[in-house]
Amino acid sequence: MTDVLAIAEHRRGELRDVSFELITAGRELASEVGGDLHLGVISGDVDAFADDLNRDGVDAIHTVDDGEEFNHDVYAQAIPQLFEEAGADILVTPNSVNGLDYAPAVADDLDLPLVTDSVALDGGDVTEVTREQYGGKVETTYDVDSESFAVTVRPAEWPQAEGDGDAEVTAVDVDIDEDAIRSEVTGFEEVGGGDVDISEADVLVSIGRGIEEEENLVLVEELADALGATLSSSRPIVDNGWLPKNRQVGQSGKVVTPDVYIAIGISGAVQHVAGMKGADTIVAINTDPSAPIYDLADYGIVDDLFDIVPELIEEFGGEAPNL
Amino acid sequence: MKILVTVKEVAEVEDEFEISGLDIDESYLEYDLNEWDDYAVEEAVQYSEENDDVEVVTVTIGPERSEETIRMALAKGADRAIRVWDDSLEGVDFLSTEATSEMLAAVAEEEDPDIVFSGVQSDDDANGATGVMLANKLDMEWAAVVNTLDLDLDEGVAGVHRELEGGIEELTDVRTPAVLTIQSGINEPRYASLRGIRQAQQKPLDVQSLDDLGLDTGSLDSPLERTSMYEPESEGDATIWEGSPEDTAGELADFLRDKGVVEG
Repeated sequence: MTDVLAIAEHRRGELRDVSFELITAGRELASEVGGDLHLGVISGDVDAFADDLNRDGVDAIHTVDDGEEFNHDVYAQAIPQLFEEAGADILVTPNSVNGLDYAPAVADDLDLPLVTDSVALDGGDVTEVTREQYGGKVETTYDVDSESFAVTVRPAEWPQAEGDGDAEVTAVDVDIDEDAIRSEVTGFEEVGGGDVDISEADVLVSIGRGIEEEENLVLVEELADALGATLSSSRPIVDNGWLPKNRQVGQSGKVVTPDVYIAIGISGAVQHVAGMKGADTIVAINTDPSAPIYDLADYGIVDDLFDIVPELIEEFGGEAPNL
Repeated sequence: MKILVTVKEVAEVEDEFEISGLDIDESYLEYDLNEWDDYAVEEAVQYSEENDDVEVVTVTIGPERSEETIRMALAKGADRAIRVWDDSLEGVDFLSTEATSEMLAAVAEEEDPDIVFSGVQSDDDANGATGVMLANKLDMEWAAVVNTLDLDLDEGVAGVHRELEGGIEELTDVRTPAVLTIQSGINEPRYASLRGIRQAQQKPLDVQSLDDLGLDTGSLDSPLERTSMYEPESEGDATIWEGSPEDTAGELADFLRDKGVVEG
């Protein structure tokens, strides 16, 4: 038997969607390698979480009741013990900010080869893992020539598991060395508040790296004005301090669902797509025809934004600024 | 006090490229300092400017070609650099996170820094795992994806904000020594000045082989093997408007009017 242990993720009292996706990914993998799927649930209201996670395909759930919120020093100590308790060979965790805050340490402690950010898994004697590289321009496959390994899976790549399960839930008494807890979570802060809520907008004009210089922003501001749309952006624009955080669309920014999303000079990295794929209609303006944004777009113009945007502004009765 | 910053020269790919074998053909690659590492270097240099007697040391794994990139970190204010390379690494398809962090750990043990900064991930491989694995190998504390840092090395504590998903930040106090993985946007990386570039030529850049670090090639073996690289098939079925900018902008304008989302 080659068993799989997947670790659920929660924050501020709620299970995160990726936890249910892990069940799907973990179940498929466990079936392919011929083993059981175990879930580990650590900290928080573990009984309620276990109840919710008890879905079709889960063979066993192991809970560790220790503290309220995620603390990587607790996870890093608890997971190897759960791994042993479950008799697991394969560790599956979310490729989330918190998943990447413990998986590399746990893999190192358990001496497991680690592959991160997997988008597809094909289990077997040798498991094949697919991931993206060079900013999503290429996919690569890796053979893991080991029965035992750790893999982190990209959120929103697998569907969420549904259907009631009948897994046995076991509370596990793990040893946690308090001296090895060297971080203390003191609170949470919501960022990106302010006067504009881009998640409420019907039409978003969204700008990315293609705008090149801060001075050029006036061009898309003018377009947003002419369209009566709201201006948003991808991460680099906010990193550069050209627009405030409340304008950022993506994994670490806002999730938006406008009627029309006009992506200008945005390549469409996975972190950005996570925030805008729910838009009704997506229009892309980008010079690179192979940019991932075109995988998602409904309409596109493969041309230079500095030629297209002034034309658009004038179409709607505005005046294109001189750059 | 000493800050060690892990830096990597990364390959950026042109819009049009070809794959040869298991990697992108060399002729379509341009090399630069990894974006996240640029922020990590800046964070270290700022701390060294605001506090007395802080040395900033960079460490990289890379061939001789990468020295030009590494000098850029020196030009921006790092004090000296270490480059790890070995004949046995030539022609290797990829280095596993285990191998990378093993080599970095060997250097860190030698240097004995008070804190280590590492970029959240590299632009090209995007493993996002090296910093945390390095911390574990060094038995140091760590924090991943730090976008605000209030560091007091004398007190031995780093107050950090960790950037979680969905616009939420986790506030955490981390005991040093520690490895912090630095998120983009934490600061404004400076451009190297001409004076900095000149000075960088005089700053020490030591090359260390695996033997120098007490490692043998066997310790870098991994059960992971890259078996293919390909361009993903486009899943898109976008309607592409073609023609002059006037034509295509006109098509988009008509579409927006038809959709009723804009007037005029």
